[in-house]
Amino acid sequence: MSSLVKCPHCGLRPREEFTIRGEVATPRPSAGADEATWFDHVYLRDNPRGEHREYWHHSSGCRRWLVLTRNTLTHETSDVVDASTLKTEGAQ
Amino acid sequence: MTSFRIDGGTLIDRHDVRRFTFNGEVLSGFGGDTVASSLLANGKQLVGRSFKYHRPRGILTAGAAEPNALLTIGRDGRRDPNTRATMAELFDGLEARSQNCWPNVNFDIGAANGLLGPLLGAGFYYKTFMWPAAFWEKVYEPLIRKAAGLGRASYDPDPGYYEKCWAHCDLLVIGAGPAGLAAALTAGRAGARVIIADEGAQLGGGLIAEGSSIGSKPADAVLGDLVGELHALPNVEIKKRTTVFAAYDDQVFGAVERVQKHLPEHEINPHRAMERLWRIVARQVVLATGAEERPIVFGGNDRPGVMMAGAMRTYLNAYGVAPGKRVALFANNSQAYQTALDLEARGIEVAAIIDPRTCPNIDYDGKARLIAGAMVRDTSGRRAIKSITVRHDDGSDEVIAVDALGVSGGYSPIVHLACHRGGKPVWSDAHVGFMPPENTDGMTSCGAVAGKTGIAACFADGGTAAVKALAELGVMSEAASLPGVEQAEEKADPIQPIWRVASSKGKAFVDYQNDVAASDIMLAMREGYDHVELAKRYTTNGMATDQGKTSNVNAIGILAENKGVSPGEIGTTTFRPFYTPVSFGALVGASKGMDFQPVRKSPLHGWAARNGAKFVETGPWYRSSWFPKDGETFWRDSVDREVNTVRTKVGICDVSTLGKIEIFGADAAEYLNRVYCNAFLKLPVGKARYGIMLREDGFVYDDGTTSCLGENHYFMTTTTALAAGVLTHLEFCAQVLWPELDVRMASATDQWAQMAIAGPKSRDVLSKIIDDDISNEAFPFLAAREVSMFGGRLKGRLFRISFSGELAYEIAVPAGYGESVADAIMAVGEEFGIAPYGTEALGVMRIEKGHVTHAEINGTVTPADLGMGKMVSVNKDDFIGRVMNLREGLVDPSRPSLVGIMPKSPSDKFATGSHILNPGDDVSLANDQGYVTSMCHSPTLGHAIGLALVKNGPSRVGEEVVIWNGLAGTTVTGILCNPAFVDPENEKLHA
Repeated sequence: MSSLVKCPHCGLRPREEFTIRGEVATPRPSAGADEATWFDHVYLRDNPRGEHREYWHHSSGCRRWLVLTRNTLTHETSDVVDASTLKTEGAQ
Repeated sequence: MTSFRIDGGTLIDRHDVRRFTFNGEVLSGFGGDTVASSLLANGKQLVGRSFKYHRPRGILTAGAAEPNALLTIGRDGRRDPNTRATMAELFDGLEARSQNCWPNVNFDIGAANGLLGPLLGAGFYYKTFMWPAAFWEKVYEPLIRKAAGLGRASYDPDPGYYEKCWAHCDLLVIGAGPAGLAAALTAGRAGARVIIADEGAQLGGGLIAEGSSIGSKPADAVLGDLVGELHALPNVEIKKRTTVFAAYDDQVFGAVERVQKHLPEHEINPHRAMERLWRIVARQVVLATGAEERPIVFGGNDRPGVMMAGAMRTYLNAYGVAPGKRVALFANNSQAYQTALDLEARGIEVAAIIDPRTCPNIDYDGKARLIAGAMVRDTSGRRAIKSITVRHDDGSDEVIAVDALGVSGGYSPIVHLACHRGGKPVWSDAHVGFMPPENTDGMTSCGAVAGKTGIAACFADGGTAAVKALAELGVMSEAASLPGVEQAEEKADPIQPIWRVASSKGKAFVDYQNDVAASDIMLAMREGYDHVELAKRYTTNGMATDQGKTSNVNAIGILAENKGVSPGEIGTTTFRPFYTPVSFGALVGASKGMDFQPVRKSPLHGWAARNGAKFVETGPWYRSSWFPKDGETFWRDSVDREVNTVRTKVGICDVSTLGKIEIFGADAAEYLNRVYCNAFLKLPVGKARYGIMLREDGFVYDDGTTSCLGENHYFMTTTTALAAGVLTHLEFCAQVLWPELDVRMASATDQWAQMAIAGPKSRDVLSKIIDDDISNEAFPFLAAREVSMFGGRLKGRLFRISFSGELAYEIAVPAGYGESVADAIMAVGEEFGIAPYGTEALGVMRIEKGHVTHAEINGTVTPADLGMGKMVSVNKDDFIGRVMNLREGLVDPSRPSLVGIMPKSPSDKFATGSHILNPGDDVSLANDQGYVTSMCHSPTLGHAIGLALVKNGPSRVGEEVVIWNGLAGTTVTGILCNPAFVDPENEKLHA
């Protein structure tokens, strides 16, 4: 796992400043979505060998939620973005 | 006793005599000695006993790989077990003890294990202790526990101070031998920020053992010049006694610097770290870790007096210690012949050089008899070597009397750090060793680890490596060179791999520390454990504290030879941190004792302490739990009085630890409406509302009040326990789920001192310090707004909310004013009989009132389970947890739900956690009706009361049940009741 994370707001910071929430799951379903869709969103997670997108919180830094794309095999982090861009840019 | 100290020794200072004890015996050595070199100088060849067979063992190496000479050094809290004598520097007053022997190292009862050898072979753990099963707990386990481990840790706390630091550099050079020194000089001269780290007490690595001259200069003078120039470069940081033990992702390296471990106690500066744990962030790395000389696996190769040929040379040249009076060498390569020359130059007799190669192509012009095509197959001697048995190429045996044997089976590059990130080393037939993996991002190997031999070649390679590494950073540099030194021509002198002497007599050890012999590895193969990782676990080869530094490659060679494949096909086991053992002290750093976690004090801590509070740790917080008065000897005396005071007069309680979050923004109301399950959109300015937050899975997460202090400005409180969690959750909602909402938030927990003033007289007390009208009409229940205090001198925030069920307020003032405001309230409240109360009384009163906390909000309850199902909005389109809260299992009316419980007989007591059963039912999970979540003695009612989650609870009020305590084995008859024991009509709240 990364020892240093390049926070888009704070620059290169040690991993210990971050808290990991887990995989970026499906987008939060609409209020009218059926129970199965909600079940997927709340409970089902992948455990891939390779690229993985995760929510990381810069909890001891700027307190922004980030989406980090890292390779679970090579530990290479290919991308770190502010999590708000997932929705505002429709990047999901 | 014979002294083995002779002339010379570039590292030692003969004017600096240092006394030490070894197993109680007083010995002496010199400044610059290691414990190992001084023991050898004193003729101590036998220093320890092996782990399994308790065989006598001596010093094998002169460095970090030492498998045998593990000693316990120091005493009391400064006692370090399993310390390698080869790395421990000698200081005056040092106390060293042998391990794993009883009653002493010379006569060890455990050596009888040697007779059990056939029972203790490979996999004996899995075979010997299998049956009878009943023997496990009583016989085998205690036996194994007693035998396990080597040295014993101290029970005393370590008085030393430890710390952790970060360091950053352009180029990290790991190892300060000729290659590392050249790399550091090259980069240092080019102006790069360089850190050069070496595990030794002195820089130099292989140069230290070099007795001869380099070019026209003595070797130590050359080394002195190099180190001198490095010291003069301000951009080069030299870290001696620093082991880089791990390579982590993103070019972060773990290193431990032994700052004061080499000092006698009276010289230790208590304000300086004993050891320092470094994390070094390096843009580029030059790996110059050198190569480990390999032992040869032959019969009796573990007898004290058998030593690596290179180590002999180090002891001779650096420490002025003779390995013996009559020495033989057993080597399959030419570097070992240098040891013979150096020994002879000091007048030590070299009895023979046994070389398994039939016609070695070497330039040896010494006096020793060269026995080519031969091998050592056995040694003799009770506690130290007396003779060796040589098997000639014609099959005949010859016994040669010696008191030391130097061994060299080739060189294993120290590739660990190049492999920690998953790289696999690459076998090289030419070098007869595993080389560093080729694609190591940002890391360049050079010198002996890259297969180079000889000072000049290593130095040149180090310079080249630095030039290459710096070029990656866009820095031009010129490789440093050693003036006047010609690089020796490469000569066709191939080393001949020898993994095991087949004609060995007696045990031929591969792993000295774990007592793994060649026969164990072959047994493992016969039993099917021939994969390198399986063979390791089955035989324990490479699993000791030395992690197989001297044994792994030989074990791989034996596996390969027996399978008829190349060692490259067998491959290595996985390299993981740490390279060498790191003390717990260094890993713990400053996080011990009171510094284990930060202490978080309320802004009212001093006020509470002055009023005699007893504090309780809740997470990092110290909360005042009760305030004993004179004559109160039992905590409940104080708690009962505090409760009675609040119920009849007035009390003051510190509630500053509750989480406080300021929320702003045009969409703040909409946002709150989505994070709480109940409605918040229309909360008017000046009002507080109790809110329940769900998790997305529909269960309750946290509760608290949120007040609207102004348009687009809200003030939220959370429970103490989840203050951080709720803020994180709120940030996730705002940033990830609804970034389109205009809302911002910040924690204000530490900015406000907040106190609850509760009791029928609370308004009378507060009226004395609050300028505004706070009558019931002007400031009704759930009013919340800024108020003027002390004649306009201070502004505070007043909330009419109640956890106790009494007429109550919470007043928040800026943290710095907290104590003086609390003092003022105590002063004006005196006439009303005010008393401080703590979290215990708070807890009693909330149970009396039927209010829930995280004892009830335990992650498995819904609002309906807590009797607050009606709060969950059915009108809102969306809020966190809305859909999942409607799941079939969560709306089942028979779910365990909140109910009060009390004993049928007022004198009976019961405990939290007790389970509820119907009268007459057997105790079984199927009959379980629920359990008690909270209980206390109610001073208001005069008997025990509790809250419970019981199936169909609210509809069973008045029912008689059995309260079963399985731990205590007791049952009590209880009655289910309304959870609001006090003022169920809420008349007091609105008074």
